[in-house]
Amino acid sequence: MNLTPFIDGSYGITVLFLIGIFVLTLNRYRSAIKRLAAVEKR
Amino acid sequence: MTYYSDMSEKILSPDAPVLGRTGSWLHRFANPGRFLRLAQPALPWLAAFSIVLTVVGIVWGYAFAPADWEQGDAARIMYVHVPAAWVAMAGYAALAVCSFFSIVWRHPLADLAAEEIGPVGAGFTFVCLVSGALWGKPMWGAYWVWDARLTSVLVLFFLYLGHIALIRAFDNRSHGYRAAAILALVGAVNLPIIVFSVQWWNTLHQGNTISVTGGSKIYITMLYPLLIASLGFYMSFLTLVTARLCAAIMERKTRALLLAAAEREA
Repeated sequence: MNLTPFIDGSYGITVLFLIGIFVLTLNRYRSAIKRLAAVEKR
Repeated sequence: MTYYSDMSEKILSPDAPVLGRTGSWLHRFANPGRFLRLAQPALPWLAAFSIVLTVVGIVWGYAFAPADWEQGDAARIMYVHVPAAWVAMAGYAALAVCSFFSIVWRHPLADLAAEEIGPVGAGFTFVCLVSGALWGKPMWGAYWVWDARLTSVLVLFFLYLGHIALIRAFDNRSHGYRAAAILALVGAVNLPIIVFSVQWWNTLHQGNTISVTGGSKIYITMLYPLLIASLGFYMSFLTLVTARLCAAIMERKTRALLLAAAEREA
């Protein structure tokens, strides 16, 4: 397998972007659920 | 449930435009509560399909698709660059549609959707620009040239950034939504410029390889991974925007409940 394209950085940047935005979105989504549940419980 | 009644009051307030039959239908369909009920159970499935399709498409293109006869392995950048470019443009088209709904029917869900599409679309446009630059260096000998296609995609990136900034530029958020919606609609003129730039001007960027109407100039063993990666990117975009929209609705509902509780205590 030729690693040149990955070394060039395009795959690395894309994968990092996708993982990063998925993790950030998941965190925001989970915290929104938690905060709403906590407020509704009051 | 204060939030939803607020939304209804906003839509049905005297200064709101009169909703015709289409408006009423849209209002029912785009009800935030109904949206949450539909979207939340679908989210895990959307996320699973997005991840599987994206991983299969990228790994197939990276490791198993044939190298290009002229560009060699550098052409494999296509499997991330092209899907990111397509999603960047489709995202902006979705932004323009939401802005149209926002301006015509002043629907708050359209405003929220536009707000959440902006950062995701800007991210995919950034990936498109960076991967394109990394592809340009071995092929053209330069990371950047002021070519019509590259420049118009850079303008698209700035339009996304402008939209994000404009929403937050006013103390009254509804003014920000209105100004950003106008920017998004005016900026939509850039989409055909991006698509046809390679035909209207002599560009260093290659012409359109894939055509829905005519024959595609790409070998089938390269086309399949490209289409799967593209589908994965589209699904990822849909998943991210849906999740962010759900989160935004819940955050507003939380804020409304806290405000209502504070008013009761005061």
